[in-house]
Amino acid sequence: MTATTHEESSALYDIPGPAARKRHFAYGALSTLLILGLAAWILYLLFDTEQFTATKWTPFEYEGIQELLLTGLGNTLKAFAMAAVLSLVLGTLLAVGRLSDHKPVRWLATLIVEFFRAMPVLVMIFFIFVALKVQPLPALVAGLTLYNGSVLAEVFRSGINAVERGQREAAFALGMRKTQVMTHVLVPQAVRAMLPAIISQLVVALKDTSLGYLITYEEFLHAGKLIASNLDYDLPFIPVVLVISPIYIGMCMLLSWFATWVSKRQRRSPKTEAVDVAPAEPGTLLPGPQ
Amino acid sequence: MPARLPARRLVRALACLALTALAATACGKDGSPPVKGPSAEDLPKYEIAQGFQLADSTTWTKAKRRGRLVVGVKEDQPYLGEKDPASGSYSGFDIEIAKMMSASLGFDPKTIQYKTIASANRETALQNGQIDYYVGTYTINDNRKKLVGFAGPYYQAGQSLLVRKDEDEIKGPDDLAGKKVCSAAGATPYQRIEADYPKADLVAYDTYSICVDNLLTYQVDAVTTDDAILQGYAAKVPDELKLVGKPFSEEPYGIGVPRKDNALRFALDDALARHEKNGDWKKAYDVTLGLSGVPAPKPPPIDRYPAS
Amino acid sequence: MNVLTDNFSTYGKGFLGTVELTVYASLLALVLGFVMASFRVAPVGSFRVFGTVWVTVLRNTPLTLLFFAVLLGLPRFGLVLPFKVFAILALGCYTSAFICEALRSGINTVPKGQGEAARSLGMSFGQTLNNVVLPQAFRSVIPPVGSNLIALAKNSAIAGAFSVTELLGTYKTLNELGYSIIWTFVWIALGYLIITLTISAVFNFMEKRWGVAR
Repeated sequence: MTATTHEESSALYDIPGPAARKRHFAYGALSTLLILGLAAWILYLLFDTEQFTATKWTPFEYEGIQELLLTGLGNTLKAFAMAAVLSLVLGTLLAVGRLSDHKPVRWLATLIVEFFRAMPVLVMIFFIFVALKVQPLPALVAGLTLYNGSVLAEVFRSGINAVERGQREAAFALGMRKTQVMTHVLVPQAVRAMLPAIISQLVVALKDTSLGYLITYEEFLHAGKLIASNLDYDLPFIPVVLVISPIYIGMCMLLSWFATWVSKRQRRSPKTEAVDVAPAEPGTLLPGPQ
Repeated sequence: MPARLPARRLVRALACLALTALAATACGKDGSPPVKGPSAEDLPKYEIAQGFQLADSTTWTKAKRRGRLVVGVKEDQPYLGEKDPASGSYSGFDIEIAKMMSASLGFDPKTIQYKTIASANRETALQNGQIDYYVGTYTINDNRKKLVGFAGPYYQAGQSLLVRKDEDEIKGPDDLAGKKVCSAAGATPYQRIEADYPKADLVAYDTYSICVDNLLTYQVDAVTTDDAILQGYAAKVPDELKLVGKPFSEEPYGIGVPRKDNALRFALDDALARHEKNGDWKKAYDVTLGLSGVPAPKPPPIDRYPAS
Repeated sequence: MNVLTDNFSTYGKGFLGTVELTVYASLLALVLGFVMASFRVAPVGSFRVFGTVWVTVLRNTPLTLLFFAVLLGLPRFGLVLPFKVFAILALGCYTSAFICEALRSGINTVPKGQGEAARSLGMSFGQTLNNVVLPQAFRSVIPPVGSNLIALAKNSAIAGAFSVTELLGTYKTLNELGYSIIWTFVWIALGYLIITLTISAVFNFMEKRWGVAR
């Protein structure tokens, strides 16, 4: 949505003429200066409040601290991997339930999915941790699984439903049973088309592993906090944030970028022609009938 | 959509940055950054009881079979129970108490396996046997006695106030009207201020370290909780923080043990009495909380309540 | 059961705290999201870059980290504000990135020809925007904006885990007072359900009233 819009018209703007181009250039130069000024001011504030003094950064030079951070990162990835696999499993089960021919099963699955999507994931994690007295890691994984599994169930269900009706009808007409229709016709097509949406949901799961910090799970943010709140190191809070946020953001971006890449490939692939999947929604879908 | 290219370039650039950050951490100095406080050699040594037996205690027999004790502690309270982020070792007054007890139970204090347990999970950890005993600013009260047993008390704390060194308006809890006071959300000290000093402007965070951080950045004017915890912070940065006023509550700290294990509780009571008498207790205080400048108090009388 | 009746005022305060947080943060998110969306479709390059960076960074930041950074980072620059304001800032900025994307894709659903037709009829930029593009875009963004605001309401629980005047935060007080922890959470859950279902109902109504009829 950037560079080439200059040359094309959009719903909002016409192709700029020479005068407009000059004007845009002037705005551009002015705003660039403004943004650079803002950045410089922030940098000045950082220096002014002595965030770059040696005492605040030396802790990072020691192996002990680096190991602590790496262990934290490892724990974050461990929680993410467990939550991702389990959410996919739960999502599949719930989607099967929602597509079931038996009314009570469908009804129950719908209830579960709608409830867990409407509940803050943190409330669930705290409930499991505090009320059910579970250890931090299982509590975190269970909370993330319940939430992301429910969202994925919706993704799966809408993916299956998005496969062209003719495909299902043709398969039934050939005398296939429902299981066969699902496993041989609908699911293979739907999964390919849903992949971007699934990966986007996994980004949400990855981000939410940081909630583990609030229930004393020793993940990446917890490691950062332990360093940042240490009075012996002169409370190196800003340095810690400057070190851990690029890593967090980088990991999530890699995964998001992978989702976009997959979706671009899908769009060109003939294997998903019959499926028209809506783009992945960030956060929750709107509960209730639509 | 060729128009998306710059966004992708941005993604790549940031990913590279993250990778460089990761790579940069793969090299560094040995060991851990220097910390304040006594070095390992200055800490008192406790005599390990030889041939000690406590067959009546299931906790003790289990630990003996395991070959070491598992002790629940806190990790974020300077000079009480603090974990060095780099080395992972624990230090502080509570840790010294845990070591004394371990020595008296016949286990080398060096072999103790420490486990950080959040305040909300202390009872559960003791009930389901995750830890053998718990030493971490654990106030004895009747509600908790229904769930766990308490040896001790080994220290008498009381709620107090921590302020910045240059603060001269707050001298006690009565001067808190209109001042921002920080404490841990929902905890007893918080509820006491709420009930007894309603004019104070209360701020709550999940941990005291955020409160102290906020005190140093002028977000709040005072931090309130047990004086022992506050002393630990004051001892870390004596140029910036100080305690004011007399304690206005009584918080006897006990050693949490599984409720049914009376044998262990009485053994710990005896051990505590011995260490208080032979001077270990005072030595342990002097190298930890004593660094705040507050002289060692008299240890509180041990409450050896009968088995129930 | 008596957890609720005994502590009605505690729950009430927490509930209102969540509502307040949600409302203010939603307003901030909508305003910021609108500004960023207009940056991202602007014909000036540096605006677009700024908008893109804002969205990409915030969408990929864990909210807990953002809370941590805002709550403990901004005071280091000498900024003294109550916690609630920090929480609103963190929640609002975070959600603004998602709102921005929803609005931008809404504007993108309006076919190019509509704008071209409007301009060829001699409409000014303002007229094109107000009479042709925005009314159509508005209709298609109702559901995604709704789900983002629901997500915001749910995310406000993170603020509660850091500090107290919020629905989730009430559990700490009640736990210390020795109430049944399971029931405490049942009522907290109900509170959140009320809030999310209300937002959902409002947006469903708006969708029915003004939803896409193209």
